[in-house]
Amino acid sequence: MSDPVTDTAKDVRTRRKRRRSGGLHIVVFLAPAVLIYSVFSIYPLVESLRLSLFDGLEDGTAVWAGLENYATLLFDPNWATQFWRAFWNNLVLFFIHMVVQNPLGLLLAALLSLAPRFGSAYRTLIFVPTLLSVVIVGFIWELILSPLWGVSETLLGTIGLAWLYQPWLGLESSALTTVSLISVWQYVGIPMMLIYAALLSIPDELIDAARVDGLNGWSIFWKVKLPLILPTLGIVAILTYIGNFTVSFDLIYSIQGALGAPNFATDVMGTLLFRTFFGQQLQVGDIHMGATIASMMFFIILVGVSIYLALVQRRLQRYEM
Amino acid sequence: MTETASSHRARASRLRGLSTRAGVHMVLAGYTLIAIFPVFLVILNSFKNRRGIFTDPLGLPGEGTFSLEGYATVLTQGDFATYFSNSLIVTVTALFLILWLGAMAAHALAEYRFRFNTLLGIYLILGIMVPIRLGTVAILELMVDLNLVNTLLALILVYTAQGLPVAVFILTEFMRTLSRDIKDCARVDGLSEYRIFFEVVVPLIRPVLATVAVFSMIPIWNDLWFPLILASGDATKTVTLGVQQFIGQYTVNWSAVLASLSIAILPVLGLYALFSRQLIAGITSGAVKG
Repeated sequence: MSDPVTDTAKDVRTRRKRRRSGGLHIVVFLAPAVLIYSVFSIYPLVESLRLSLFDGLEDGTAVWAGLENYATLLFDPNWATQFWRAFWNNLVLFFIHMVVQNPLGLLLAALLSLAPRFGSAYRTLIFVPTLLSVVIVGFIWELILSPLWGVSETLLGTIGLAWLYQPWLGLESSALTTVSLISVWQYVGIPMMLIYAALLSIPDELIDAARVDGLNGWSIFWKVKLPLILPTLGIVAILTYIGNFTVSFDLIYSIQGALGAPNFATDVMGTLLFRTFFGQQLQVGDIHMGATIASMMFFIILVGVSIYLALVQRRLQRYEM
Repeated sequence: MTETASSHRARASRLRGLSTRAGVHMVLAGYTLIAIFPVFLVILNSFKNRRGIFTDPLGLPGEGTFSLEGYATVLTQGDFATYFSNSLIVTVTALFLILWLGAMAAHALAEYRFRFNTLLGIYLILGIMVPIRLGTVAILELMVDLNLVNTLLALILVYTAQGLPVAVFILTEFMRTLSRDIKDCARVDGLSEYRIFFEVVVPLIRPVLATVAVFSMIPIWNDLWFPLILASGDATKTVTLGVQQFIGQYTVNWSAVLASLSIAILPVLGLYALFSRQLIAGITSGAVKG
């Protein structure tokens, strides 16, 4: 930070400047962004919350329903089974990303931060799947895992594990795990990059000091580097949580369809929202129930973010580097 | 410590260093293979005929198996030129708006003191925590009212609103670190606030703009949700949606499926090969500063 005295002097100057030009430029700078963002992001969110409190009538008008839609979603047998199943599947998805994707990203980042030869080549190539459209990733894996093509079986056969092969995407017991792992395969590049950047930003003097104190590479990582990158790990965790409720739709819709095949084993909040809003097969589309599901997702994300802010962020010290 | 002891120790640590290095390369190379192989396999097989795809999926296309029939089907049946130009128009326009409007808003928040500055800043970055998709029900109603369904403009507006929070957040943080002196000098020279923004600030933030561009571009190009809901007509389909629906129709024609996937992958890989250095430098430096 610069000298507080000169700072105040500059503030005075800036303030004087603002008074002179009437502050119109501030409005000009801010208005377009605020306008587009308010109309196409904030207003729809608020409107969705409002719609969830109404019920549609046959003639197209809406009547006040209070929290009735929420009660239906949570307790009506037809809706509740779908809702809790989708919610549970989202939690499983989140859990698999937390125990597979983020540790894997941490491992890769830690290895890359040792600056091995070809490090930038590894980094570049591992990031490739992240760039691809989820639709494409979904189809690639659908083909590779397909019993029709038999590539997976052949590959497992080369290491003597052909007997392991099963049509994982088609089995109720393994479909959700398989979809999660495909998503991990695609997105591991993001935690890898974020953690890698955080590791790079640790000052060399700290590492040198630890080395002088007699710590070896392993304990330097656990005792010095890891505590320093905890804020980044926290950010990775909350990004994983938010992404899990929104991005998972694309992959599951591409591979398993809007019904979360097989037999709803991969049905998540996103597919449930899509199906409810637009209708599917025998079900008629329902704006108000759709808005209710979207609002529930909003509250679930809000709870997660609040927990993150209250628990994680407060405990993590911010290290000025 | 005697000389022999220290040289012993040096050799031991060199040996340990060697085996560690081998281990590091095994893990990294192994995972790189896992990351790349599926993509490689799809592209490889897109150049084969049906027999080649099924009898020898891992072999290189050769005599008797090389074929471009999949590409022929895709290019005659699907309207991929239109899909590509749609994706390009939507992504480039939205990106331009995100960077331009985001930078202006960030500049206002970082540079000027005015009432509700902090509050407005929080309001603008709320969208990072709350995914815009949750407002889909109302967005569709809004687009119907505005007569924008099945137009590229609908997608551009939604993606701009979606990308602004991250852009404003990263840019504001960065602009706060810029020296005030250079701007005050410009003020003394009599430059207007607008010219200060465009001629002094924008050149300084160029590297961060690149980072924001990368962050914002990938989800826009790859999105399936909004094209499906807002612009699923033939004339406005994006590549992602086009491929998704094309494959839905041609599930049994494997060479066409593989070819359409490759057509969607190859331009992305080409751009990545050209820009990966800047892109990764941008992500890492941006994350460090952000």
